Amino acid sequence: MTTSRRKFIKISALGLGGAFASTSAFSLFGNNSYLSEKTAQNIAKNLKKTATYCEVCFWKCAAWAYSDENNTIKKIIGNDNDPHCYGRLCPRGTGGVGMYADEDRLKTPLIRTTIDGEETFREASWDEALDLIASKFKNIKEKYGAESFALLKHGSPGKHLEHLFKAYGSDTIAEPAYAQCRGAREAGFNLTFGSWIGSPEPTDIRDTKCLVLIGSHIGENMHNSQVQEMSDAIDNKATIITVDPRLSTAASKSKYWLAIKPATDIALMLAWMNVIIKEEIYDKAYVEKYTTGFEELKKHVANFTPEWAYGITTIQPAEIRKTAREMAHAAPAVIIHPGRHVSWYGDDTQRARAMAILNGLLGSWGRRGGFYFKEKISVPKYPHPKYPHPKWDWSDIGEKFPLAQMGITTEVIKCAIPSKDNKYPVKALMVAGTNITKSIPNKKLLEKAMNELEFMVVLDTMPMDVTGYADVVLPECTYLERYDGIRSATNREPSIAVRVPAVKPKYDSKPGWWVAKQIGDRIGLSDYFRYSDYKEVIEWQLQKMGTSLDEMKKIGVKNFPRTSRPLYLEENEDYEFPTESGKIELYSKELENLGFDPMPVYTKHPEPPQGFYRLNYGRAPMHTFSRTANNPNLNDLKSENNLWVNPKVARIIGLKKGQSVWLKNQDGVTSTFSIKVRVTERIRWDSVYMVHGFGHDNKKLTRAFGKGINDTQMITKTMDDPIMGGTGMRGNFVTILTENPYKKQAI
Amino acid sequence: MIQEEIFTSGRNIPNIDPSLEIWHWPISVYLFLGGLAAGILFFGALLYILGLENKYPTAVKTASIIPPIALSLGLLALVYDLTHPLYTWQLYTTFRIESPMSWGAWVLLITTPLSFIWTFSSYREVYPKLEEKLQIFKRFAFLNSFEKFTIKNKKNIAYALIPLALILGVYTGILLSAFNARPLWNNAILGPLFLVSGLSTGAAAIILLSKTKAEKHLFGKIDLGLIIIELALITHMIMGYYAGSQVQLEAMQLLVNGDFTLMFFGFVVLLGLIIPGILEFIELLGFKAPVVVPALLVILGGLIFRFVMVEAGQLTRFLY
Amino acid sequence: MRYAMVIDTLKCVGCSDCVVACQTENDVPIGYCRDWITETVDGTYPNVVLELKSERCNHCATAPCVRCCPTGASHIVEGGIVLVTADECIGCGACIESCPYDARYQHPDGYVDKCTFCHHRLKKGQLPACVSVCPTKCMYFGDLDNPNSEVSMLLKNRKHKTLAPEAGTNPHVFYLI
Repeated sequence: MTTSRRKFIKISALGLGGAFASTSAFSLFGNNSYLSEKTAQNIAKNLKKTATYCEVCFWKCAAWAYSDENNTIKKIIGNDNDPHCYGRLCPRGTGGVGMYADEDRLKTPLIRTTIDGEETFREASWDEALDLIASKFKNIKEKYGAESFALLKHGSPGKHLEHLFKAYGSDTIAEPAYAQCRGAREAGFNLTFGSWIGSPEPTDIRDTKCLVLIGSHIGENMHNSQVQEMSDAIDNKATIITVDPRLSTAASKSKYWLAIKPATDIALMLAWMNVIIKEEIYDKAYVEKYTTGFEELKKHVANFTPEWAYGITTIQPAEIRKTAREMAHAAPAVIIHPGRHVSWYGDDTQRARAMAILNGLLGSWGRRGGFYFKEKISVPKYPHPKYPHPKWDWSDIGEKFPLAQMGITTEVIKCAIPSKDNKYPVKALMVAGTNITKSIPNKKLLEKAMNELEFMVVLDTMPMDVTGYADVVLPECTYLERYDGIRSATNREPSIAVRVPAVKPKYDSKPGWWVAKQIGDRIGLSDYFRYSDYKEVIEWQLQKMGTSLDEMKKIGVKNFPRTSRPLYLEENEDYEFPTESGKIELYSKELENLGFDPMPVYTKHPEPPQGFYRLNYGRAPMHTFSRTANNPNLNDLKSENNLWVNPKVARIIGLKKGQSVWLKNQDGVTSTFSIKVRVTERIRWDSVYMVHGFGHDNKKLTRAFGKGINDTQMITKTMDDPIMGGTGMRGNFVTILTENPYKKQAI
Repeated sequence: MIQEEIFTSGRNIPNIDPSLEIWHWPISVYLFLGGLAAGILFFGALLYILGLENKYPTAVKTASIIPPIALSLGLLALVYDLTHPLYTWQLYTTFRIESPMSWGAWVLLITTPLSFIWTFSSYREVYPKLEEKLQIFKRFAFLNSFEKFTIKNKKNIAYALIPLALILGVYTGILLSAFNARPLWNNAILGPLFLVSGLSTGAAAIILLSKTKAEKHLFGKIDLGLIIIELALITHMIMGYYAGSQVQLEAMQLLVNGDFTLMFFGFVVLLGLIIPGILEFIELLGFKAPVVVPALLVILGGLIFRFVMVEAGQLTRFLY
Repeated sequence: MRYAMVIDTLKCVGCSDCVVACQTENDVPIGYCRDWITETVDGTYPNVVLELKSERCNHCATAPCVRCCPTGASHIVEGGIVLVTADECIGCGACIESCPYDARYQHPDGYVDKCTFCHHRLKKGQLPACVSVCPTKCMYFGDLDNPNSEVSMLLKNRKHKTLAPEAGTNPHVFYLI
């Protein structure tokens, strides 16, 4: 194995060069001349309507895909009966047409090869690619055990492959959605209420009187039903309080925007607790009945006055008091929103705990306008033999983080680097539906790990950057071209949705379930895949659930009545929380026993040195992370990210609007590409901001390549959450380079 | 005051964003040629009616070759800049009284053939050598009777050409000034200014072709007068911007202190008006000055003036 | 009948769903759009006001584009909707020059194109595509001549503005502020 083996392949695969790249975007839509109303109407008439649910993000809104007789997806419209979208998709869902139409899609299996000393991909048949993968599966199992084949995944294809891996004997599975995203809030709320937040969040926003967003930016994230409900809340004159160092869209809709100094949120929340307890405006009956540890908390926060917090957060004590009173006034119809991407500073579980405790004090859990009791309907498992028991799995890998409840990607990746202490050697890796080079920070470590792997296979619809590191690349068809698992998510009322192919798979792409089954069949796991088409599985499941595929094709979404319990706590109910004590744990014995702070404390985090700015990142409503950057429709809306800079900073450095700059971080990492400056009063002078998901390295993404900066590249310093292993990413500082740093090297 | 106004999404439309590039050089050329033709036709027709065709033969006869060519080329340029040119005939299915473009289309439809007839009436007289070569009168006998007819009606044609030329000249300016969305264009001076400029270039063209001192002298005088009026109108226009709203002030900046300042003040005002004006004045005083130079400068200045106005105007927009 | 659109800037998050929905509904080629989002920022940190809004053809009552069209391709139909008949349009660009909102563009096929308020959908009793997809429900559409319509009521009860009223175009897209 040569060291350059996993060198990132930037060049086009042989035989692929240019042929597809030059297709003009216009031709996607054919050469429709006079689209006067008459024709437009005719087009609308003949469209076929197919039930699906969206896969452009994780919200999975149910929708109707409209296709014409030429097998082209014309438009995608939300399903009116779906509680995820209420008939209205977000821009990404509407722009899902572009995911299908994108001419840069992966078209055929690719296998890494060396021609004239140059590493490249060659096109391969599915049989050849699958045979090769199957042989690796067998080989790894013989040499190291099945556990050494790891899976990093996200979204629908992940489920099918998870089944394959578990059947194969590996539960070395992780997804960035946990440690790099929402894991800490799940741990924090679970410690307090005994329940995960989950997705979609059980926040009763539409009926709330006060919504508190702490670094959460609804409206810039398009978590569909949440955005819709926030709009309802605005109509209902609900008070919105946003805590954010940046004037986010949500902040601009807020009655109170608390422009907090970054990394000091816990101090603010402790002060809020202080006010709420001192002024005795907490929900006394609720606290009395449902919580434990109140006295300890009272003592704990006694000194955390708004005046104390002012010095830390830069928020005026009067503002802290006023907002605390607003919350209490609205209680229990108040939501201190748990957020979604919460892996910031390494004390994120504690910050989530602080949020949870505030919700506990205000009595909002289980209350109308607060958090409702979510419910989902379980989909019967399609029969298959029992999974073998792996010798070790994701939980062993993450053992130093006692409350990790899912695999930690960064830890799995570290296991790929051989060392004497490495008890869990990862030797091969499959990546499905996640562009790990853009979602997992510390690229150097990641590249080192990938370089050590004996085999790496990537399944994706697009030639994402991560495909450049693979030995085999498999082209997955999009959600519009396949059957898939039944969507059943938690909500106010249980519901299910189906995904039916609207059109045949384009190019030589295949569904994730088919890939899983083909590999399974080849490595002697046919018993786990006793169907020829996944359609049979959902037909069987739907029948068991009292419906049928035919019915679901007509309605797309089926809602079921609640059966578990009422949506909110009843007047005289004696509800037992699923925690150890049966109560809301304001004071966590569990944390204490594990040697952590039983109640949140504020710790000071590093601040940017002279000439450096804290790198904050966020989202744009028209993009999902890095995966939509090349989507022709969505790229048309926003093709690159900008660097937000306060006018004061711009004056000091001499930056102009639209000027291209490069970034260099505290570890000397320089951005590959440049980014255009946006000078704006929406951001503090101590930080810069950019939307995540741009700066693509792969030239095969013809629209997205080289546009903007990849924030993840600039994140080389992480702060691990000792409780659940989250990857804190907001402690990176960058300096702004106005000269092209690569020009100098060339001379 | 608004500190930041940006497009969040959806705007990077070809030829629209960041500023309009809908009308290109053919429109500038078309406006110039229209003005030039209007000028020559106006002077020719007027002198003919005044019975001065023999004293000033260039204006009435020789230069009359220019308008039909200029108008034809202008029309070609106009059609060239249409993005849906196969439908050009739609212009003549209706007359839209509020649309300057429609006025222009119809005026051109009448003026262009009339200018051909006007030229034709003196063709054999002025260009006998050309006719010897082409022999069109021998080949097409009916032309003889047609020529007779045109000569007989020449006065009527001249009467028709005077108002048509004036409408054509004014129209080239009104076409732009009718758009209140473009602050640089949206002022009442532009019509008269373009007319005067057109007459001035017409006079200059006559000077260029003229062989007699008397004629050169007359048109030198006329041109000088027109240049003075034009300078006054330009001053008036700038003052109008200066007294105007924010958008007009910004529009003025383009001419006075911006990307078009050199072109406008250097080439249009100085080289295209002031210097030829001085040269013509010197010539009128009896000094020997090459009369060709100011005439060429005026024509070139007129052309650049239209380029500047068409391009700069599209950079200006309404604020909201 | 007088169609109007009312957009609540207090709710709009600038997500651009209206833009994509319009593109897919009306086959607007990639790179072009009939509606778009603007963002206006006012003030100094941390006293900053942000306004997001979806813009499009204002279907003006005194539409300069209709006035200056030499062929009558730009015209106003029932309900005050300004439309362009593609095969009457010569592509002279006069309407584009005349629009203070830059709401018109040249379709790659040559004719001038713009928002139609989804005239083809209205005829079927559907709302314009942008209005029907908006996740924040910040867009309202209806008949101003009906005093009880949602749009009439909103304009009666809420503070609102139009864009560049000083252009004298009498726009019929209203913004609640």
